[in-house]
Formats: sequence, C-alpha cells, structure tokens
Amino acid sequence: MPEAIHAFVTRRRGGIRADWTDWVTYGYLLLGVVVMLAPVLWVALSSFKSETNLTEFPPTLWPEAIESVKVEGFARELPLFRVTRDDGTVATMAQVRRVGIEATLVDPANPGAGRIVVPIERTEAIRKFHLGTENYARLLGSTGGRIWSSIYNTFFITIVATLITLVMNAMAAFALSKYKFRGSEVALLAILATLMVPATIVLVPIYLIVSELGLVNNLWGVILPVISTPTGVFLLRQYMLTIPDELLEAARMDHASEWRIFWRIVLPLATPALTVVAIFSIMSRWNDFLLPLVVLTKPEVYTLQIALAGYTDENGIQYGMLLAMTTLTALPLALVFIFLQRYITTGIASTGIK
Amino acid sequence: MASLKIEGLGKTFGSVEVIRDASLEIHDGEFVVFVGPSGCGKSTLLRLIAGLEEASAGDIVIDGQSVVRKAAADRGVAMVFQSYALYPHMTVRENLAFGLENVRMKKAEIARRVDHAAKLLQIDALLERKPRQLSGGQRQRVAIGRAITRDPKIFLFDEPLSNLDAELRVHMRLEISKLHQRLGNTMIYVTHDQVEAMTMASRIVVLRAGVIEQVGAPLELYNRPRNKFVAGFIGSPRMNFVQGRLARVGEGDFDLACPGLGTLTLPRERLPLEAGAEVTFGVRPEAMRLVGAGEGWALTVDMVEQHGSNTYLHCAPEGNGEVLLHIPGQSDLRKGDPLRVRPIDGQWHLFDSTGVRLCAP
Repeated sequence: MPEAIHAFVTRRRGGIRADWTDWVTYGYLLLGVVVMLAPVLWVALSSFKSETNLTEFPPTLWPEAIESVKVEGFARELPLFRVTRDDGTVATMAQVRRVGIEATLVDPANPGAGRIVVPIERTEAIRKFHLGTENYARLLGSTGGRIWSSIYNTFFITIVATLITLVMNAMAAFALSKYKFRGSEVALLAILATLMVPATIVLVPIYLIVSELGLVNNLWGVILPVISTPTGVFLLRQYMLTIPDELLEAARMDHASEWRIFWRIVLPLATPALTVVAIFSIMSRWNDFLLPLVVLTKPEVYTLQIALAGYTDENGIQYGMLLAMTTLTALPLALVFIFLQRYITTGIASTGIK
Repeated sequence: MASLKIEGLGKTFGSVEVIRDASLEIHDGEFVVFVGPSGCGKSTLLRLIAGLEEASAGDIVIDGQSVVRKAAADRGVAMVFQSYALYPHMTVRENLAFGLENVRMKKAEIARRVDHAAKLLQIDALLERKPRQLSGGQRQRVAIGRAITRDPKIFLFDEPLSNLDAELRVHMRLEISKLHQRLGNTMIYVTHDQVEAMTMASRIVVLRAGVIEQVGAPLELYNRPRNKFVAGFIGSPRMNFVQGRLARVGEGDFDLACPGLGTLTLPRERLPLEAGAEVTFGVRPEAMRLVGAGEGWALTVDMVEQHGSNTYLHCAPEGNGEVLLHIPGQSDLRKGDPLRVRPIDGQWHLFDSTGVRLCAP
C-alpha cells in the first residue's frame, strides 16, 4: 500500500526526471485540493468547537477551550488567565468578571486574598485542545429524537427512489436502445428535451399534482415526481447500445422472455452505467432540498436537509448544531464516493467514450 | 433430428430484396453448407430459418410443420453465432444451463445435459470460468455446447470459424465434422469460405445476390457447376475463364478460337453448339497438361509461385485475362519461358453469353 501511494504521488509525464509541466500539474492539482477540501475540513473541525470557541475572533484553527477551575465561593467554574501584575510578575489567576477593557481576577489557590483589577491587554487566556462532542450530543439527544426520524426519512427516500429510478430508467433505456419501433427517436428526443425545463419551473405544478394525489407530507410525494431522469435514460441507452444484439438473439433462442432478457442479460451487463446513474441519484436525492421543502411540512417527515435548514431561525443561527449536522449529513456521501470511486471513474469514462 | 423444407422464401428490408424465392429441401441428418460471397444473403437465410428475421414471403417447414410464424425459441433449432454470443457475466456452466433454466427443466436434468455436452466437447474443466478467461477455440466449443444442451432438431452455424486463426480453423473444422457424425443431427452451416464448404458439407447451397444458384454435393458442384458463377466460386484456386469463339462446329469435334492463345480442337461430346457463337471457356488450373510444340495454347510464364508440393504458373495472354496453371511438384520453369498447354478432355466447361454452362441434352 505505501508503495502504491508513493507511486501515485510521484507519477510523472513520462521521463525519468520531473518536467516543469509536472510541477505545474501538481501545483494546479494541489490548488484544486485546497480550494475543494479546505471548506469541508473547516466545517468538520468547527463542528467540534464549543459555542464560545465558534464565535471567538480571531478564530482558532483547532477546537480549543479556555481552561477553567473551580474556585471556592463561586457557583460556576472560572476561566484561567495568565496575568502580568503591576509589579511585572506573571501569575495564573481566575477571571471573575470582565467589564469593558478591565478584568477582575482572583487567585484560585487563595480566593480570600482579594481581587485585583487589570486591563485586559495584560491578561492572556490559557488554552487547551478541546474536542467538543457536545454539539453532536445535543443534536442527537436534545431534539427529542427528531433527528433520527429525519435520518430515517432521508435514507428511505434515497434508497427507495434510487432503486426505482434504476429500474425505470433501465427499462426505458432498454426499449430505446434495443427495440426498433416507430417513434423511438421522437421518444428519446422528448425525454432529453425535458432537460431544458428548469426544476424550479415545474415545482408548483408538481406540488399541485402531489397534493391532488394526497401525498403531501408523505415520503412518496418526494420520491415519485422525479422517479425517472432524462440523463439516466440517456446514459443507460448509450451504454446499452454497446451490448451486442447477438447476445439478445442468443437469449431469445434460449427461450428467454423479453422480461428475463432484461433482468438476466441486459441489467447485469449494464452494471457500470447503472453504478453511475445510482451515484448521481443517491447524490441528488440525499442533497435534495426544494421538493422536500415544499412537499414535507411536518417535522416528523422532515429530511435531513430540511432539518438542517431548521437550525437557522428567527433567533439566529445555532452554529454548533448546524455544523455538526452538516458534517453528519455529508458523511454518507463521502463514504459513497470513497468506496465507489473506481466505478465512478470507469463508469463515466466508458459511458463517455463509447 | 429433422428435415427442413423451404418454399418460395423471400425477405425484403424496406425496398431491398435480400432473399428472392428460395426453395430448398434438407433431409434428416444432412450437413448443408450455405456458401456465397459476402452480402449474398446466406446469413439472412439462416436467420430466417432460426426465426430471428421474419420472412416476407414463403414458408419454412420443419418435420412437416410450418414454423414460419413461430418464435425462434419454439422452432426446435439452436444457433451458434459468429461472435459466439456467450453471456459474458455468466460462467460456462451458467451459459450452458441458461436455455434449460428458461424452460423450467429439473435441476438434475440440467446438470446431466450440461455435463454431457461438456464432456463431448472437452470443456468440462472450464465449467466454472467466465467467457473472457477462455481462448477463441474454447469459446467456440462453449457456443457449440450451448446449442447441444438444448438438444435441437437442427443446428445452425453462422460463420462460426471466421474469428479463429488459420490453424485453429482447420482443427475446429474437423471437430465440427466429427461432431456431426457423432450426433447425426441435421446441421446448416454458413460460410463464405468455399474450402470449409467443400470439406464439411454433404451438400452445398451456393447463393448469389439472394438467389440460390445451385444445390449439390461438393464434387458435383466442382465437376458440374450449373453456371459461371458457381464454377468460379467453388474451387481454389479459381477456375480459369477464357473468352473464345466457336470457329467451327463439327459432328464429333469443334474448334475454339481464343484470342491471344490460339485455336483448340476439342471433342464435342454432344454439346449443343452453334458455329460463330461467343462463349466463355472454363478450365481449372489443375485440368491442363503441358504438351509439345504445335499443340494447344501458346503461353508465356508471367510469374511462378513455388509452394514446394505444387507450382503455380501465372500467365497473362494478351487481351484474354489471366490463365493460372497448376503443376504438381516443383518446376524449373521461370518467368518468360514459353509454354504449350492443353485442357484435359472432359475437364473443361463452356458457358454461353448469359453464363449458363452448356451441357449435353
């Protein structure tokens, strides 16, 4: 494995020594990595920060917290500061309160010795690395389990819709690629033409239909309207065109019905294209916002994305929860990408070329 | 095992007529080869029999039953495709069993049939492999095995050897012939290779432009071609065709004047000849012998092809095409050497201006 990684990152454009084009290429790719990855990492790191740490300026890179200590006579823990006293000595003291630019501090070991007041320039907070899981704990606990129903809803919609999308798209693609019938070209064009209609334009009509069908606040109301996708049909059709007709003829001579040919011959052979369509479908379903927002109005049928938007309300933005949830929401997609990466690249490459 | 009868079969794609009024009878257990140049409709004819194409006219009868309106699967025929058409995602065993599973055959019976076919074709060690892990010859066997497991009345082969290299082709040719002897089924085989046709067939069907030109046993076609096309197509190297004029027609013999070659006096053999008629004279390269001065045709060697066991002399008589001469063994003749040759009696053919061979009534 280390050899493989070494070989990967030292790959060159032919030649034994690195060409200047190699440096440019790597530089460009590195820039891409930073631009793409930095915000994601920032979100992930910040999701572990406490609310105070988040609103702090200047922001800290790592999740940090000011050390605090229990001092006799005070109900809550007091934050620790390194203080330069008037006489120039440096001591570690607990801050009782801060008013404007002046801080009132007390010696945590000997609170009876009295308080001192110093300007805040002479105090410096003592920080430590602190991985705060409280955002996650609050998210999963305090919302009264509503987050779990959102997770279930999102998973249900994503999985069921993707499965149905695959089957519907594949059947349409099979018909359009392997049967010669009058109007097949027109049908394909009509399907592709729908690509030119923006989703926002059909949103209201879709809502009206969904509501007429009584599917408002029902997960099927989100799943059904966009069950077949023009890109999916086109992608699969192009791929299925490369499956030789002789295979289908052989299967027909082998007493296979058209239905069986579809399931046993065409679908298995179209796996690379199906994988690509599945990934597209999973991504769009998981991140889908507008349609669920319109169709699902009750908290118990919220998807994760709707719930996520719920953390911005009239009282402000609850950054801690928002970040924790964003991280959680993005995680499954990241996993999908990591594990299916090979299929994505080969799938897109093969459907693109052939 | 079955007989096949085709009556007035026709097939058109749009305005293009691919098969025209084809009639043919194939008897039980025969090995019939459809042969012809590419585009002659031989594969279409096979696909019509298989049921993969719908006939525009005529009837196909298998074992006395018309199947022309039946689906491919219900005709009792099995086909071996040119590309083998093995299901790439299934193992060899699954490939062999697929057709049987589709008719809901019992598992034990499927296993028995698959094993039987695998043993017969010596692919029993490959049953768990995927087609891409097999060589061309092995794939070919699996494709044939798939046909055998279905126990069809008639086997159809669509140029099955064209994807193999020359050596393997000769080998598989023999194997298919042996398989036919062992199984005894009716087999129909399509090829553009007349050598395959000659070596394998019990009867050959020669097609040209969608029309059956002649049907007959290999040697019958070789020795008595009905027309110039069949004469030229069957036999390798090809028959020599020389333009000539019937200078004199006598009772027992006639004179044939061939421009650029000279005049031959040949026995008439009761042929219906007319003095002065333009004819095409056909003679195979091996049906000529070298003769002494003053006899036969005068030729000059243009090129010599030494095969070791055979020698081919290419001659280009002025204004009369090309004449190829076959000499058994090796020869000292060189480019530019003069020759005199004469067709061997009884081994030449005359074709009239429409290309039909003249024969005695």
